[in-house]
Amino acid sequence: MEKSRPLWDNPLQFVFACISYAVGLGNVWRFPYLCQMYGGGGFLIPYFIMLVAEGMPLLYLELAVGQRMRQGSIGAWKIISPYLCGVGVASVVVSFFLSMYYNVINAWAFWYLFHSFQDPLPWATCPLNRNRTGYEEECEKTSPTQYFWYRQTLNISPSLEASGSLQWEQVLCLTLAWLVVYLCILRGTESTGKVVYVTASLPYCVLIIYLIRGLTLHGAVNGLVYMFTPKLEQLSNPKAWISAATQIFFSLGLGFGSLIAFASYNEPSNNCERHAIIVSLINSTTSIFASIVTFSIYGFKATFNYESCLNKVILLLMNTFDLEEGSLTADNLSEMKDYLMATHPREYAQLSPQLRNCSLEAELDTAVQGTGLAFIVYSEAIKNMEVPQLYSVLYFVMLLMLGIGSMLGNTAAILTPLTDSRAIATRFPKEVISGAVCFINCVIGLIFTMEAGNYWFDIFNDYAATLSLLLIVLVETIAVCYIYGIRRFEKDLYTMIGRKLNWYWKLMWAFASPLLIISLFVFYLTDYILTGTLQYQAWDATQGQLVTKDYPGYALAMIGLLVASSIMCIPLGALVTFIRKRLKRESVSTTA
Amino acid sequence: MRTVLPAGTALVESASWGVMGSVDELRAAEGPGKDAQNAFKVRLSIKTALGDNAYAWDANEEYLFKAMMAFAMRRYSSKSMTQISNVLLCNVTDRVSFWFVVTDSSKNVTTVPGSEVEAAIRMNRNRINSAFLLSDKTLQFVKITSTLSPPVEPSTPVWLIVFGVVLCLILAGIVFLVVAGIHQHKKKNIKSTERENLEEKCEVTITVENGIPCEALDLKAGHINGVFAADDERFTSL
Repeated sequence: MEKSRPLWDNPLQFVFACISYAVGLGNVWRFPYLCQMYGGGGFLIPYFIMLVAEGMPLLYLELAVGQRMRQGSIGAWKIISPYLCGVGVASVVVSFFLSMYYNVINAWAFWYLFHSFQDPLPWATCPLNRNRTGYEEECEKTSPTQYFWYRQTLNISPSLEASGSLQWEQVLCLTLAWLVVYLCILRGTESTGKVVYVTASLPYCVLIIYLIRGLTLHGAVNGLVYMFTPKLEQLSNPKAWISAATQIFFSLGLGFGSLIAFASYNEPSNNCERHAIIVSLINSTTSIFASIVTFSIYGFKATFNYESCLNKVILLLMNTFDLEEGSLTADNLSEMKDYLMATHPREYAQLSPQLRNCSLEAELDTAVQGTGLAFIVYSEAIKNMEVPQLYSVLYFVMLLMLGIGSMLGNTAAILTPLTDSRAIATRFPKEVISGAVCFINCVIGLIFTMEAGNYWFDIFNDYAATLSLLLIVLVETIAVCYIYGIRRFEKDLYTMIGRKLNWYWKLMWAFASPLLIISLFVFYLTDYILTGTLQYQAWDATQGQLVTKDYPGYALAMIGLLVASSIMCIPLGALVTFIRKRLKRESVSTTA
Repeated sequence: MRTVLPAGTALVESASWGVMGSVDELRAAEGPGKDAQNAFKVRLSIKTALGDNAYAWDANEEYLFKAMMAFAMRRYSSKSMTQISNVLLCNVTDRVSFWFVVTDSSKNVTTVPGSEVEAAIRMNRNRINSAFLLSDKTLQFVKITSTLSPPVEPSTPVWLIVFGVVLCLILAGIVFLVVAGIHQHKKKNIKSTERENLEEKCEVTITVENGIPCEALDLKAGHINGVFAADDERFTSL
């Protein structure tokens, strides 16, 4: 008896799975940065244009392909055209790379979560040095939160070449992260379907709590006003449009094969057009929602630092000139400084190197993205709130939910083609296949727990998925529109959903989206070529800050390998199919 | 700015130290001498520590300070006979900072060595702080750095405990799901083998056509019409 394909229990599980996958860490740590860099509120204009022109059509395309073909990425593209099996393989390879390094973020989130159950929080103060006369030197030069991240979490080495040893604490956290992922994907859609209810909705609860808390923080309004005031002149900067397009593209997770995998478990009559619109709108709204929270946190942190800076200056002046307590305040500081400079010029000149100019704008201007935002800036803001342990636990649980939700999609993209292929599925049960995938990923992921692991993480994060995905999605769109034929696809959709395809979708699929992707691709290539050597940020413990270094030769080779291994699958797949067909034809003609 | 200068002490140099009480100024006024080394600058931040409950610094508070210093010296060295009049304060500013020395009346009005004073203060820091309702940070002896108290470290780090709990829960979940999966698989296998056996048995004994066993059917029925068969004799033979 033929085993029927497992299905989602109801369409809501499918929508939740897509939301859980698409709404990930990028919404929290990348979008606010872009918004800040490219014109604040004005960035929403290119963002929405790109959403409508690129995001929704491509998302609908992938969901429709998955639902129609009812196979994972490799099987689906094979059905469209046998020469396109390479596209599916490329998707699986890219998903494999992504799942290797992405789960390390979950490991870090676990680490911070477990350390949130202490009073005071370990990143609130510097640890003492050996003879207990002061604080650790490295921590003095930088801040306690940065010290906790770079030294106590990562134990980072000064450069990529100095690999160092495995950090056993990180190994434990990484193992735990993979066990959690294994638990969620163990039974396929049966277990995934239940888990996504939690991973999709919990982050929103935490974001709402943080929104209320964030807006009531002292100084939050400074951040919101500064960030959201539109700087419309940035719209003329092409980088703003390119960043908007890139953000939409990568935020929806197109090209990995996860969306195809999820949609393949749908009932054939599912209305994926409506779901595509819902998911993409929710994804973008979540980005904006998260950036409101982030900006209020920024504002709070900047105001706090600004006031601390002022207090330090006031204390220094009071102590040096023995002025009465309370005579120097933030309001009269500049006048008093002028007065003191006039009356006691020599002493003031001695003191001036220590007197920093405190500026709120300078604090607000420090734009951070990525792991720096999530683990350094947020933890710094949290330690200054009341009941910091509660907010810390909530925040890192939210990061975990976002990360695990995305991991479910990544592993689904790898597992669905494996369980679809009869050669593997008949020999091994589902649990063993998922276990093997998790185990292999975990072992390779140990690289990222070494002392230089964060540098390798940055390599994977920046290069493993960017160019390859653009090419994959481009080939996908062209394949569906021109090789499979858009009229044929339209008919398939009509039989599936029962609604005629709107002219808008046809226009976007056939012309607008491919053009956008090609221009993005060209931009990326020229950017790589023009910058010459690739560089990375290394942590210098003696200075207590990041310095720029060049990648060594073998790292560049690794980058090239990452990009090439996924891109090459596409032509190689076509070639292999071509050779196979030739051989079959020859063997048929010789036997006939 | 008030100066409290008992007559006849070696410290009386200038009443015009100006607003600055920095160490450089002091050294410039007196030169590197024993007295400069044995004098300590004290800085109080009463308003920062107590806010609205801050008390004003007046002569009574200075008297208390001298008393505390004398107490500290006596407690440190049982031989010491320091009196309140031995503690000399000078250069009290609005900041509430001042210099003080401890003199030794038994040894020809010399100042007690700075190291002794420092040791005495270190030993009794808590008592001195609490007399003024202040802490190490708000009652600063500028040359004497306080040893920072280390944070409380439990024997097992807390994070390992939480990690252990979560790990056990996850492993329990995995084991449960895997065992349940194997159980289901076995049940399915047993059911499918049972059904196969049943089908085999049926084939040997009964051929089933449309659900009705063939023996029950009269195979000839429908081939011959009984009405016409009986009238065969009516037709005459040719």
